Amino acid sequence: MADVNLFTILMDGIFVKNFLVIQFLGLCSFLGVTKATESAKGMSMAVVFVMVMASIAAFVINTYILRTFGLTFLTTIAYIIVIAFLVQLVEFVIRKNSPGLYRSLGIYLPLITTNCAILGVVVLNTRLEYTFVQSVVHGIAAGIGYTLVMLFLAAMREKAEVLKVPTSIQGIPHAFFITTMYAMAFVNYFGVIPT
Amino acid sequence: MAKMTFSGEIIRGITKDNPILALVLGLCPLLACSTTLENAIGMSFAAWFVLFGSNILVSLLRKQIPPITRIPMFIIIICTFVTITDMVMEAYAPPLYDQLGIFVPLIVVNCIIIGRAEAYANKNDLKYSIADAIGIGIGFLIVLAILGFVRELFGTGGIALYGFEFNIPIEPITFMIVPGGAFMTIGILMAMTNYNNIRKQRKGVA
Repeated sequence: MADVNLFTILMDGIFVKNFLVIQFLGLCSFLGVTKATESAKGMSMAVVFVMVMASIAAFVINTYILRTFGLTFLTTIAYIIVIAFLVQLVEFVIRKNSPGLYRSLGIYLPLITTNCAILGVVVLNTRLEYTFVQSVVHGIAAGIGYTLVMLFLAAMREKAEVLKVPTSIQGIPHAFFITTMYAMAFVNYFGVIPT
Repeated sequence: MAKMTFSGEIIRGITKDNPILALVLGLCPLLACSTTLENAIGMSFAAWFVLFGSNILVSLLRKQIPPITRIPMFIIIICTFVTITDMVMEAYAPPLYDQLGIFVPLIVVNCIIIGRAEAYANKNDLKYSIADAIGIGIGFLIVLAILGFVRELFGTGGIALYGFEFNIPIEPITFMIVPGGAFMTIGILMAMTNYNNIRKQRKGVA
């Protein structure tokens, strides 16, 4: 699996195996943050940053510490600790530089730690035995794919606010229906049917 | 709040605090592992085991864990149980393990489990924490099973469950198996729950 070319990984990460709509990773924050475009943008930036950094850090830890000392059973714990550390860092930076964004992200910022998308990238890198460069490209691709869908959905939900829909469909069910359309587009345009 | 009872807490986990329909937590494994009924049941038992273990341990240790470091502590406790599940499943149920793929290690970041540790087990006795784990687990199982059942039935035209099979005479609708179908099914399920709740409220007022 390790000799896949970088362009394939990039395209796979963005479209064919999009993290949100095809692989269902990172959905919890997805629904909460996409109420407004501004917070969707901020959240995506933070996620992209943590994703890339986590890919790098996890590769180093996995190759030079866990594999070398035969501690592969600690993989999950090690990765979670790395991610938690990075999220803490991002939180400091955002609070310092843009307090407005910090307030609008609210609870979702610390929750990036428990965002499945990030742990997903890292675990996939390990499982597919990607090399260092491949891991980084995979992280970037996954981040771009995530951002794309986040912005699409946030824009759509802002517009959909003014629509008249039955009370029982308002809010989350409505967001799910919009996501259905995007998921169909992603599946059909790129001719993927995951088995 | 009314007086807590063991069975009351179990029922609350299934209905009022249903992890998916009421709290909207743990969506990733819900949508990804519901392509077939068998996967759905396997996933919910794995998650249940972890929830059970973490709720018990957090509840027992809640006086010892300093409040300021509680989240990392919870994550390490949950991680321990996930690693156990991961290894046991890899050894004893390899086909299921292959099917669920990366979603077994991802139970660590399942919001239901850390959410319950933070909101419930950290504040309540062992007895009620066990009841809560059972109730939330059943609630998760029910929703996952419904979703898995609907998607497998319409997506493949039949149900295959541990050697038992039956078919319905329809053309398989591939849409139900692809991700779009998952989003639509959960959307409809949530809309139905909302409809039901609104109707109940109206009745209560009238």
